[in-house]
Amino acid sequence: MSLELQDLSVDIAGRRIVSDISFTVPDGSFAGLLGPNGSGKSTILKAIYRLHRPAAGRVLLDDADLLSLRPKDAARRVAVVAQEFALEFDFTVVEMVMIGRTPHKRAFDRDGEADRAIVDQAIEQVGCQDLAHRGFNTLSGGEKQRVLIAQAIAQEADHLILDEPTNHLDIRYQVEILELVSALGITVLAAIHDLSLAALFCDTVHLIADGRIIAGGPPESVITADSVRDAYGTDVLVISHPETGTPHLIPRRSRPTQAPSSPTVHPPVPPAGTGN
Amino acid sequence: MIMGVAIGSVSLSPGAVWGVIVDHLAGHPSNSVADAIVWEIRLPRVLLAAVVGAALTTAGTVVQVLVRNALADPFLLGVSSGASVGATAVLLFGAFASLGFWAVSFASVLGALGAMAAVFLVSRQGRTLSPTQLILCGVVLSALFESVTSFLIFRGNPQATQSVLFWLLGSFGLATWPQLPIPAIALGVAIGYLLTLGRSLNALAMGSEPAAALGIDVHQLRRNLFIITSLMAGVAVAVSGIIGFVGLVVPHIVRLMVGSDHRRVLPVGAVFGASFMVLGDLLARTIVVPQEMPIGVITAFIGAPTLIILIRRRPYLYGARG
Repeated sequence: MSLELQDLSVDIAGRRIVSDISFTVPDGSFAGLLGPNGSGKSTILKAIYRLHRPAAGRVLLDDADLLSLRPKDAARRVAVVAQEFALEFDFTVVEMVMIGRTPHKRAFDRDGEADRAIVDQAIEQVGCQDLAHRGFNTLSGGEKQRVLIAQAIAQEADHLILDEPTNHLDIRYQVEILELVSALGITVLAAIHDLSLAALFCDTVHLIADGRIIAGGPPESVITADSVRDAYGTDVLVISHPETGTPHLIPRRSRPTQAPSSPTVHPPVPPAGTGN
Repeated sequence: MIMGVAIGSVSLSPGAVWGVIVDHLAGHPSNSVADAIVWEIRLPRVLLAAVVGAALTTAGTVVQVLVRNALADPFLLGVSSGASVGATAVLLFGAFASLGFWAVSFASVLGALGAMAAVFLVSRQGRTLSPTQLILCGVVLSALFESVTSFLIFRGNPQATQSVLFWLLGSFGLATWPQLPIPAIALGVAIGYLLTLGRSLNALAMGSEPAAALGIDVHQLRRNLFIITSLMAGVAVAVSGIIGFVGLVVPHIVRLMVGSDHRRVLPVGAVFGASFMVLGDLLARTIVVPQEMPIGVITAFIGAPTLIILIRRRPYLYGARG
């Protein structure tokens, strides 16, 4: 019982974007997909929710090919929270969350008591009761993200895919959103930008560079100064989080500062310009 | 509806109108003047206006979701300008003369289908019909077809040009019973089909990716919506010319009244669009009696201020950030 990628390769417009991606996300665990911009994280996620067809390899859900399921049946198993967006025509929060019931409904089905209860419960779970009748477009970034998670909860899938859920959010919402997701108790696969944050929440992480996996496993073994240099081409210090022991990144300047021996002393102010 | 039948250059009481309709339905029509006016002239006209109004509103709502753009209307994707080419060719040069009064309709449906096929082929990328591509190709090809129409008008004789202009602005003046069933059934079926898609449209309104994640076959849905709305617009144009603004404005008015949930917007829109069009046609017939105004003039005249008032009252619905 798990979500498994087997030698997955995806082409877009004739170009190979990701190749030979293989990993397993065990049931109930939180997996992170890490890597620089354009490394292929989103492409992998889109192949899982069937927007891209794999050029080779398979995505298995409980050992069955995800592509062999009808779109509706797949959507009952895998929910997705996309990146933040605005609607052309505003829905209320309740309407947005109700859209999460779509894969459980046929053309003429009405919203029943059960659907409404599920929607209310989902809204409560993300703490958005006060926003229930507000328009989605009137919400802040963090509130929108919570509503989208409520929508995914209402979808009642046992797998959740998140594509950079904490993008554009301030530190409070970043932690809040990941805390919320990890408390759901379902299988989660999330592309996450912030490596330290990923290390704090993920059971396993997979580091992607140029469309290939370069490391995978528990955060402590994957997120190292060497692997970050390989993937991102930049030097960082990796320290241990004082409370959790998870790896934490400290960025370094690419050029050494002028006075390494006495870092608290500012370099002398250069003489004023000559033009005055 | 009854009002639409009752009022005209000769006014009749609602009771008299009912009388005539009941007589006909019961199978023994009288031979009065009122009977002729109601049954032969006004009733088919009002029914056609209602069907076209409902169809344009429904198609407009759907196209706005299809291209995720509030400014879209059923004629955005080139259908109406393609139809104009066909109709203009008939009106100015007597093409398809053997088809009699069907010639204009036939030619405009043909033009609409041609335009639809052209937009479809040009904007398609692999399996996908992307919103931006659709809009761009629709607008560009519309411009091309319009220039063909202009060329035809330029080459045609001045008297016939008058009838082209009148046709372009839209009218229900030519409605007769034999003309009614085919478009009414076609548009009715299309509206009925789209009414079943409310839930899918809600998902699609969030964008292609979220819709795909909700189990919608986005490629197939987009393609179906494009073909159906284009056919609806083509048929509507064929029977009543290009009645602008209804397909753009009525969906917005309805959204402002009932919200964006398409399971409410579509049915309410169909009813509201039908009433709006019947009322518009009524005004078109009565404002400058005994002449007739093109209905396109009326719909824009009522629709534009109404929408502006509503938008100012609820800015957030239209993406205003604040």
